[in-house]
Amino acid sequence: MIALPPAARGRTALRITAAAAQGRFELQVCEACGDTQYPPREVCGRCLSTALRWKIQSGAGTLLAATTLRHSNDEYFRERLPWKTGLVRLQAGPTLIVHTHQQLSAAPADVRVIARLDRSGQAVLIALPKHDDANLRSDMMLQEMGCDPASRAVLISDGESELGQSLTRALAGAGAAKIWVGHSKCIDSVAMNPPSDVVEYVSLNVTDPDSLAALAARIGCSLDIVINTHDAELGNAAADAEMQINYFGALNLANAFAPLLRHRAAQRHLCAWVNLLSIDALCSSPARASYSASKAAAHSMTQNLRRDLRADGIRVLGIYPSPPGALGPDALAADIVGALRDGVEDLFEGPIAQAWSQGFCESPKVLEREIMLAAVAR
Amino acid sequence: MPCRRQSYEGVAVAVPVTVPYARFSTHGAHWFVGQAIDGLLKSARLAKDQIDGLCLASFTLAPDTAVGITQYLGLSTRWLDNLPTGGACGVMALRRAARAVQAGDADIVACVAADTNQVDSFRHTLTNFSGFTRDASYPYGAGGPNTVFACITANYMRTYGATREDFGRIAVAQRANAAHNPHALLQKPLSMAEYLAARPIAEPLHLFDCVMPCAGAEAFLVMSEARARDLGLAHARVLGAIERHNAYAEDPVMVRGGWRMDREDLYAQAGVQPADIDFLQTYDDYPVIVMMQFEDLGFCEKGAGPAFVRTASMTATGSFPNNTSGGQLSAGQAGAAGGFIGMTEAIRQLTGASGAGAVPGARVGLVSGFGMVAYDRCLCTGAVILGRSA
Repeated sequence: MIALPPAARGRTALRITAAAAQGRFELQVCEACGDTQYPPREVCGRCLSTALRWKIQSGAGTLLAATTLRHSNDEYFRERLPWKTGLVRLQAGPTLIVHTHQQLSAAPADVRVIARLDRSGQAVLIALPKHDDANLRSDMMLQEMGCDPASRAVLISDGESELGQSLTRALAGAGAAKIWVGHSKCIDSVAMNPPSDVVEYVSLNVTDPDSLAALAARIGCSLDIVINTHDAELGNAAADAEMQINYFGALNLANAFAPLLRHRAAQRHLCAWVNLLSIDALCSSPARASYSASKAAAHSMTQNLRRDLRADGIRVLGIYPSPPGALGPDALAADIVGALRDGVEDLFEGPIAQAWSQGFCESPKVLEREIMLAAVAR
Repeated sequence: MPCRRQSYEGVAVAVPVTVPYARFSTHGAHWFVGQAIDGLLKSARLAKDQIDGLCLASFTLAPDTAVGITQYLGLSTRWLDNLPTGGACGVMALRRAARAVQAGDADIVACVAADTNQVDSFRHTLTNFSGFTRDASYPYGAGGPNTVFACITANYMRTYGATREDFGRIAVAQRANAAHNPHALLQKPLSMAEYLAARPIAEPLHLFDCVMPCAGAEAFLVMSEARARDLGLAHARVLGAIERHNAYAEDPVMVRGGWRMDREDLYAQAGVQPADIDFLQTYDDYPVIVMMQFEDLGFCEKGAGPAFVRTASMTATGSFPNNTSGGQLSAGQAGAAGGFIGMTEAIRQLTGASGAGAVPGARVGLVSGFGMVAYDRCLCTGAVILGRSA
């Protein structure tokens, strides 16, 4: 069993994790007196109001003091010493204990604080230099918070789809060391991305567990990232086939390849699993009822996979695109690469998906009725 | 203006007991509590049923608290307090016990701080220390209090120009004092060169800025002066005492402690000035906090701590005796007993029980407490002035 950072959090503090899972940094702000609260709590530390609302933070602040830990009481950090932390005063008010980026200037220094999920899957706050810069990514601590595809070996389950092809290009562009691209038909269909030292085409059928096992044996234990791009929308008459690919296919992939990731993660490689879902997974879409049901099943399966792989420190991402056609495959592929890099766990892609996910958070029933009424109106 | 605290006149503190410290122990905290109370009874020649009040501090007693200890040790008290306040628990225990005695709620109160240290107990204490610790500090490197005090020290150094040598003076003088304390785990003399050459723990903190967690217990009795005289117990008198929690919450990083808010009251109640204090027992989890206590208790101005320690001689026979038993930095930090070590030492100093470590002619001593890093700073501060019994 590998060492992971301390994962214990109180229920209120889990809201920071919930926001960080989507790449946001949120803190509670008191609706009565306007005070920004930290650490999280149920009662305003200034006026005792219980009306605390989670709000996105700019993260602008000042590094007050910093230290480099040469000793830790926790095994995860002991394996990674020295480790840098510090105190940041947010412009919004509170003082934060944060992980600090290697390139921060000596205190006092302007910083921006972001929230990321650490290897345990819980949110932590990180102080970065004020100005963004691609070089920042090389920081070891920051790398630990995500799964940057650079130099990693990736399997794309369906390389024939538009998204599969876009992802192949995006990952190659992001510096992936090896990309196995699954296909079921003839190789011509993937001529857009010719085979190379990096890109290799492999025969892959998600509905055939035996062939997946054979492929897993062939790929071996150097696999870091699996991206399940299988996505079948075949119409309500083909509900069974949709379920076979969207749900059972995802399950078959996990059965075959999750053990490889576990093995890899045990050697302290950063590993991740990506499931292509749909915003319809959260609320049945009238035009695609059976598709929604299969994606809801895959969403549930994703939650379970996340739970199963938590102890291995493997990040499991759910990708929830807006309905087809809303965004091109290149944009989605770029965002998936970004989500891997930044350790985002739930990617709601495009305005419809974002609106639905917000509606789902506020009230699943209201969202259901809204969608129902919109369908009636049509 | 809040109403004035009533006098602590007539209250005696007596019978300082130290259960010898061990780096690690296979015993539970209950064993150390039992040893401490047994030590109190034997030293005071009391029977168990004469103890009718108990004030207990421990981090490693869980799932028990003070009440469980009454059954465990067969005590039947009519007054009970459980004080999980770490470095401030000595001052707080004394204040509460003193009021119980003055009010007649108890006749003889045993104040006990005891903790074990097993291989994983320090980590366990840290991970369960507070909700804020769990949510917002431990996940950041799990350095425990080192993380927070490294930042407080770095900020203090930058703001007031303190150097590592300034903190070294405190640690080196305390180690010299520990030579006379048979209970100190670290007695080997410490030179400034050794202090400066020590390995870094959490910069700017290095090895000799940090206490060594250990197992052990400290205890004392609180009763009326009349009772102490009846029992023939050497004792000290309580001249004044203060406590404060979550002071200066608006400071972005801790540069001052709550003593500062209440010190005028403290000295007024005791009828003395800082210049009248013959020795000081500061809470010394890290030297920067000792320096802050020198400032916030009025021995020098805020920010003048570095200059102050460059001229003060802090050994027991020096111009400004501080932590005359060696403090936690030399004796070890036996959990909550770290909040009592200054109190037992002060009682020894004022009752002629300090032997070769005595502060010559000591008549008035100040004991300061500081406890509980629930998040980014220490929350509890307290201080008591004790006087030699006439």
